[in-house]
Amino acid sequence: MAEKIDHSRRRLLTAATVGTGAIGVVFAAVPFLASWQPSARARALGAPVELDASKLEPGQMVVVAWRGQPIYVVRRTPDVIAHLGDHNDLLADPNSDNSVQPEYIKATGAARARNPEYWVGLGVCTHLGCAPSSAQVRRGEFQVAGVDLGKDWPGGFYCACHGSKYDASGRVFKNVPAPKNLTIPPYALDKNLRIVIGVDDASQTA
Amino acid sequence: MSASSDSTGAGNSRGLIAWIDARFPMTKLWKEQVAEYYAPKNFNFWYFFGSLAMLVLVNQIVTGIFLTMDYKPNAAEAFGSVQYIMNDVEWGWLIRYMHTTGASAFFIVVYLHMFRGLMYGSARKPRELIWIFGCLIFVLLMAEAFMGYVLPWGNMSFWGAQVITSLFGSLPVIGGSLLEWIRGDYVIADATLNRFFALHVAALPLALIFLVIAHLMALHEVGSNNPDGIEIKKLKGPDGHPLDGIPFHPYYTVKDMVGVAGFLLIFCAVIFFAPTFGGFFLEKANFTPANPLLTPPDITPVWYFTPFYAMLRAVPSFAGTQVWGVLVMGSAIVILFFVPWLDRSPVKSIRYKGPIYKIMLTLFVLSFITLGDVGMHPPAGIYPLLARIGTAVYFAFFLLMPWYTKIDRVKPVPERVTGHA
Amino acid sequence: MLKRLLLIAAILVPCGAALAQEASFPLQHVHTNINDVQSLQRGARDFMNYCSGCHSLRYLRYERMAKDLQIPLPLLKENLMLTSTKPLDHILSAMPAKDAVKWFGVAPPDLTLMARYMGKDYIYSFLKGFYADKTRLWGVNNLYKPNVAMPFVLATLQGVQKPVYKSVTDSSGHTRMQLVGVAPGTGGSMTPAQYDEFVTDITNFLNYTAEPIKAERRSLGVYVMLFLALFFVLTYLLKKEYWKDVH
Repeated sequence: MAEKIDHSRRRLLTAATVGTGAIGVVFAAVPFLASWQPSARARALGAPVELDASKLEPGQMVVVAWRGQPIYVVRRTPDVIAHLGDHNDLLADPNSDNSVQPEYIKATGAARARNPEYWVGLGVCTHLGCAPSSAQVRRGEFQVAGVDLGKDWPGGFYCACHGSKYDASGRVFKNVPAPKNLTIPPYALDKNLRIVIGVDDASQTA
Repeated sequence: MSASSDSTGAGNSRGLIAWIDARFPMTKLWKEQVAEYYAPKNFNFWYFFGSLAMLVLVNQIVTGIFLTMDYKPNAAEAFGSVQYIMNDVEWGWLIRYMHTTGASAFFIVVYLHMFRGLMYGSARKPRELIWIFGCLIFVLLMAEAFMGYVLPWGNMSFWGAQVITSLFGSLPVIGGSLLEWIRGDYVIADATLNRFFALHVAALPLALIFLVIAHLMALHEVGSNNPDGIEIKKLKGPDGHPLDGIPFHPYYTVKDMVGVAGFLLIFCAVIFFAPTFGGFFLEKANFTPANPLLTPPDITPVWYFTPFYAMLRAVPSFAGTQVWGVLVMGSAIVILFFVPWLDRSPVKSIRYKGPIYKIMLTLFVLSFITLGDVGMHPPAGIYPLLARIGTAVYFAFFLLMPWYTKIDRVKPVPERVTGHA
Repeated sequence: MLKRLLLIAAILVPCGAALAQEASFPLQHVHTNINDVQSLQRGARDFMNYCSGCHSLRYLRYERMAKDLQIPLPLLKENLMLTSTKPLDHILSAMPAKDAVKWFGVAPPDLTLMARYMGKDYIYSFLKGFYADKTRLWGVNNLYKPNVAMPFVLATLQGVQKPVYKSVTDSSGHTRMQLVGVAPGTGGSMTPAQYDEFVTDITNFLNYTAEPIKAERRSLGVYVMLFLALFFVLTYLLKKEYWKDVH
């Protein structure tokens, strides 16, 4: 070994090559990781769902599927709407602070709806994912799954799996297994009561 | 270099290495197989292709695993699922092109790797088993490539599979039932696609990996050959290492990296600018779904099979059977296994062999390329004649080797390797 | 189509040379540009107006096409999509396959991959190759696809070309009329140059549908090559440096 080894040059070149190679490996990894994103087919299947709510009777509920999950659309009775704010002390999260919904829904307070008459929410109990039943008449004295909801019932949803109760805005009661209010998906609603679930703004659906 | 100058960090990592080494021969393996594996210092261009074959194998396995996630091995959905990968899956097109280009790259690299072996006598004693493992890898690679080609379920996939499996049907007596057994149906069908998928993604890759490990273990046991065909282990320095050897790491790791970078430049140029490679890597007739009632007008295998396909067609059927062509094609592959014993020359490398071997090897390469071209054309005009001449030259290279390597002039082999760096 | 190709296969497999003697017309070459968005947009519009009634693009979604061709979504919905479809749907034709077989004898092929299957020159030539032939069901035949099953839906644009025959005497002394080309017809609303551009746009569009990623693939490839060139130089310098040790 006649010549002297230039260690600093060697270190520099090694670092540069290893560094460039590492960047290359990271870039090469991106397509593979990104290929796990929902594909165009998954996005097509999860595309926004449209619904015409103008045919709903007061107190009636329809269920539509969006991204494989049930979405409840309820036309609430004037009686229920008028008393939505009366039972906040019975609720675990009356202002929806710990629950999942778009900002514009949270801002509507007790109504939790773009239009107080038409409530849209995810029909999945926040406890263990059962589908709650609809019980929309106030003080109805009616029974759901053999359980009497009582004279104080303000109208809402009852989950027969473990007895969780929600009011007509999907707000969860105190002392039931479910921890949070029913989730509200992004949706748009226009003057003709056309509801588009899955977008914040109807123009996005094009 | 006193112990006290060690930082705690280095001490900790050394501790971890010691902990592992006490339980698993990590450092030992690294030293024996890489850092203190002495390779001849005169490797030239032709010695890149071993490590490149490894790179392509890794590429095929990684991209293959990801393709499996979106591909549907079912005759009704397979073609559509490939288009789904191309258009709907994020980056699916890139992953698929890496895999399809990788398939052709594999054969290019492996053919060059094998040619290197024929040039420098790499199959000769004591490396017969390395060569045999390599030939087995080649055979499995052909099976793997063939079955992978069927999976997109394009019309060429279907008819290629129909024709190639028909070869088994030409065997006497058992042919017919063997054919049905392989296909699992009376024609190439859903059942065939399913079993080819299983073999392509699980069985054959496992066997390939096992053989590659055996190939490398045998190589590291006897040590690498070199362009001079000299056994470097015969001349060792006072340190016990071969005088003409250098540690694989860092010298050949940095050198192979140049090869890798050069290879990737070409590989990516194909992927990004010519993924079908003018119909050689992805054939036009395969862009339409499999149709059992419609044979593509010009049915030819992918380019890497055409030399063997040409030999298959070169032999006419006689005595009421077409099995002869199949036997010739099979022999063309089997004969490769015998190269270590066919070469009777006292020297290994072409550098010290005489003119006859050089002429024969040149003719052999020309015949292989000619056969490759012939296999892409319909057997009409001059092509049947070319196919027969090519087949004759191909076999002459091997069958006459014991004779012409013995009578050929040889030059004296030097003590030490020549020409390097 | 099926019968014809089976016939071709039957002729080709035993004797490929025989085909060369049959009068086959060399394809006309077309120059297309995958980056010419205006041409692609016109091609998409014309495809939707003239072709999509019978032919589908079953591997391409409306939304993907709109994004790649820079077509605003409202415009797409209003002008290019059938009313019942959604942007993320595949571009399917309205014609039921069973009816198609009843009407035309064969189902119109899906055209998504046609440019990769038969080549863009074929598409271009095919659309320019129709000529009057009273013996055919729809009164037309095609230079590049003899006995075509498809009616000439672009007749109002190009007009129907007239066949040109020449008498030839074959080796056995028989004289017969052989088709040697076509002459311009009348009744078309476009000049030949306009029709060429129209057909080029559709060809360009079908070349796009066959590989929607093509333009992006190429532009990304440039960066990949530059990066790898840098990596190559670095590895080369590193190798040179280390190999100073080896004598």
